Amino acid sequence: MAELKFIGGYPTYMREFIDVVNSTRSKRKDYTPPAMSPEAREKILNTYHPDYAPGGKRKISIGQNKGDIGPKEVVDLLEAYPLVEPGEIDLSHIDYDVDILIIGGGLAGTSAALLANDSGIPADKILLTNKLRHGDSNSTMAEGGTQSADRPGDSPVMHFIDTIGGGHYANKPEVVKALVEDAPFIMQWLLELGAMIDRESNGDFSERLAGGFSRKRLHYCRDYTGLEELRVIRDEFRNKGIGCIEYFPVIELLTDGEGRVTGAVLFNFETEEYKIVRAKATILSTGGFGRLHIRGFPTTNHYGATADGIVLAYRVSAKLRDTDTVQYHPTGAAYPQQIVGLLLTEKLRGAGAQPINKDGEAFVYPLEPRDVEASALIKECYVREKGIITPTGMRGVWLDTPLIELKNGEGTIEKEFPGMMRMFNRFDIDMRKDPVLVFPTLHYQNGGVETDLECKTNVEGLFVAGEVSGGVHGKNRLMGNSTLDCLVFGRRAGIYSAEYVKSVKNNRKLTMRHVKKYINMLKKARIKPERRAPILLPEYRGRAVLARMIDIF
Amino acid sequence: MKTKKKSVKTKKSMKTEKKSIMARIAESTKSVTTGVEEKDIKHWLTIYIMGKAYKVPAVLTIMQAMEYAGYKFLRSCGCRAGFCGACSTVYRKKGEYRLQTAMACQTRVEDGMYLVQIPFAPAEKVTYDIDKEDYSASVFLKYYPEIARCVSCNTCTKACPQDLEVMDYVQASLKGDFSSVAEDSFDCIQCGLCAIRCPAEIVHYNLAQLGRRMYGKYGMPEPEHLKKRLGEIKSAKFEKELRKLVNTRRKELEKIYTGRDMEKE
Repeated sequence: MAELKFIGGYPTYMREFIDVVNSTRSKRKDYTPPAMSPEAREKILNTYHPDYAPGGKRKISIGQNKGDIGPKEVVDLLEAYPLVEPGEIDLSHIDYDVDILIIGGGLAGTSAALLANDSGIPADKILLTNKLRHGDSNSTMAEGGTQSADRPGDSPVMHFIDTIGGGHYANKPEVVKALVEDAPFIMQWLLELGAMIDRESNGDFSERLAGGFSRKRLHYCRDYTGLEELRVIRDEFRNKGIGCIEYFPVIELLTDGEGRVTGAVLFNFETEEYKIVRAKATILSTGGFGRLHIRGFPTTNHYGATADGIVLAYRVSAKLRDTDTVQYHPTGAAYPQQIVGLLLTEKLRGAGAQPINKDGEAFVYPLEPRDVEASALIKECYVREKGIITPTGMRGVWLDTPLIELKNGEGTIEKEFPGMMRMFNRFDIDMRKDPVLVFPTLHYQNGGVETDLECKTNVEGLFVAGEVSGGVHGKNRLMGNSTLDCLVFGRRAGIYSAEYVKSVKNNRKLTMRHVKKYINMLKKARIKPERRAPILLPEYRGRAVLARMIDIF
Repeated sequence: MKTKKKSVKTKKSMKTEKKSIMARIAESTKSVTTGVEEKDIKHWLTIYIMGKAYKVPAVLTIMQAMEYAGYKFLRSCGCRAGFCGACSTVYRKKGEYRLQTAMACQTRVEDGMYLVQIPFAPAEKVTYDIDKEDYSASVFLKYYPEIARCVSCNTCTKACPQDLEVMDYVQASLKGDFSSVAEDSFDCIQCGLCAIRCPAEIVHYNLAQLGRRMYGKYGMPEPEHLKKRLGEIKSAKFEKELRKLVNTRRKELEKIYTGRDMEKE
C-alpha cells in the first residue's frame, strides 16, 4: 500500500468528500429532513436494525427465562458454568459482615451507598465493592446529559410520553412514572452536592433537545456530564467514609439455601484469594455488557462492561426482561482507527449537527430515537452505498459538526464540547472546521434484571439499580435517561434496602446451594462445561501471543 | 498504479456483496473487536514496555499496542475513551531526554517509545462537610495548605494530558477565585499525573474537586424554574395525569405519542 498523505488528520481521498459536505452546508443550515412516520420507522427498524436483522440471537434454554430470546453472546454466558464450584471454597469464615453490600460503583451504586447512609445505615456497615476502580463505569463516560422536565413548557407527563414512546411501549409504566417524577429532585440533589450543571446567566439550566424528545430537557455539564456527576457523588461518598474496596469483583452471590440472597464471594484480582461477605441486603449495580461486542460491533463501553450482573442474578433465580434488545448508538467514531466505536454524544445533533452522506445530502432527521437513527445510518452505508470507506475498510457517514458553529455561533463547540474536540484534536482533526466520520456502535443494555419501584427483584435480599436492571427503558432508551435511571433508582435502592435490612436478622446462612442447582440444570440441558462466567474482563491480547502462552505458575 | 488498485477494490466489494449486512459490518470492525491480524498490517514499529522491546502495528494506541504485545490490563485501563484517567502513562522517546505524559487509550503509539504506566496516585484527599463550609477564600488553604508552596514552575500544566492550565488554577485558589478554579479545572479526569510530578507536593486534582463543588453549590445562582417544578410535584399536580397514562393501553399511548407537539431547536 502506498503511504497515504494526510491533511488535517484526513487522507487526501477523504478530503475530497469533505469538500462536498462543505459545499452543501450553507443550504442545509435552514433545512432539516422531516421526521419519519411511525410506519417508516417500523419498516427501517425491521429491515436494518441489528436487533431485528436475521441471526445473532437464540433462545435461553435453562432457568426462569427459558424460551426468551437474547443475543447469542449473552445467552452463552447465562449458559456457562461458575468460576468456582460449591465445596471448593470455605464459607464459614466471614471477612466482611455488613448490612448492605453494593456491587459496582458507578452512579447507581455510589448513589445507593449515600442514600443508605442518609437513611441510617452506618458508614462501616455498607460495603461498596468495585471490579476496577471506584467510578470505572459507563456512568463516567456519559457525555451528553441527564433528562429532567423542569422548564415551564415541559412537564413530567411529556417526559413520560417521550420515554415510553421511545421504548416502543414495552417499558414498565409505573417505573417510568417514578423516573420522571424523581428527575427534578435529582437535579436539586446534584445542585446541593455542588455539581456544576451548565446554566444561563440568570441561573436557569441550559437545556437541549435530543433524539425522541418533544421538549428541551437535556441538562448537561459541558460534554463531561457523567464524569461531573460521578466525581461529585464519589467525593461525597469519600467524605462520609463509607466502606469501599477496589479490584474486588464478585464471582458469585451467596444464598441462605431458601432463595434469599445473603452475601457474595469476592475475588481479589491481584492476590487471587477469595473473600466472603455476609450482607442483609445486596444491591447489584454492575452496569451492562458492551464489551461482549454483540454482533461484532465496536462499543462505547468501559473495560469492565462484561454482563457480570445478569449472570450472577440469573444464578440466584432473578427474573430478566427485555433481553432481546440492545442499544446501538447511531454515532460512534468510524475514523480514525484508534478511536473506532467511541461515543460522539447525541448532544452534537441536539446542537444542530446533521448526518450527511457522501453526496453531501442530509438523508435523515437528526433526532430520531436512537434505534431508528442507527438503522438509517446502516441503510445509507450498506444499502444505498452512500457511505465513505475508511483506509481500514470501515464505512461511515459524516456528522457535520461545523454546522453547530454556523447555527449557534463560533466558539460553541469549544465551550460545550471540549471532550469531543480534545479527542479529535489528539488525532489532528479539528471538528470545528471539518466534519467527523460516524457509524453505529454498541452502547447500552436495554433490558436486564426486572425490578419494581423500590428496586426489589423477585429474589428476597437482592436489589438492582442502573443499567443492569430492566424495565425502565423498554426496548430502546432515550438519551439522558441512563444517568437519570442510575441516580433515581440508585437512590431508591439505597433508601429501600436500608428500610429492608431493619427487618432482617443477622444470623442468616451462607450457602452455594443455588450454584449446585444451576450446575445440575446445565448438565441436564447437556450444556458442556466449555464456558465459564462471569468473564470479568474482555480479551484483547494479540493472537500470536495467546497462541504461545504457557501456564506454569 | 492508481487504476489497478481501484479495480482490486471493486472485485473485493463484489465478493462481499453476498454476505449479510451484519456480517460485513462485523468484518469491517474486527480489528477493534477481536484484535488486528498480522497479515493486515503494513507498518510496524518498536516500543519498549518497561524497557522490553516489542514490535507492534503502527496504527494502534499505546493501550492497544501493549495488548497486542501480550499485556492483559488489570489496572491502568478503565473507560478506554479518555474520560476516567486510569491509563496515565509516562514515556520518553528514543534520543530524547524529556519525560512526557499521556493517556494510553487516547495516544497513538510512536516508534521508540519507552513506556510505563502509573496506575495509582497515593495522594491525599481531605474530608469535609460541604454543607458546613463557608464560601470563602480560606477554604483552600485550610484543607490544602501546601498550595502556598507553589513555586510556579508549571510542571503540573506540562504533565496534564488534558492540556489544562493547572498552575493557573492553583494560583487562582491562592486568591480564593472559585470561578477560575472551577472553570479551568472542569475537564480534569483526575489521573493524578500533576500531583505525581509536583515538586511542592500539591494535590491539584483534589484541590480542584473541592473548588468545583464549592462553586457549584454556592457560586452559581439557583434555577427558579426548578424550585417551581419541585413545588408542583410535591403538591401532586401531575399525579392524576401520570396515573392515567400508567393505565393507558398501548394503542391509545401510540396515538398520544405520535400526536404530541414538538418543540423546535
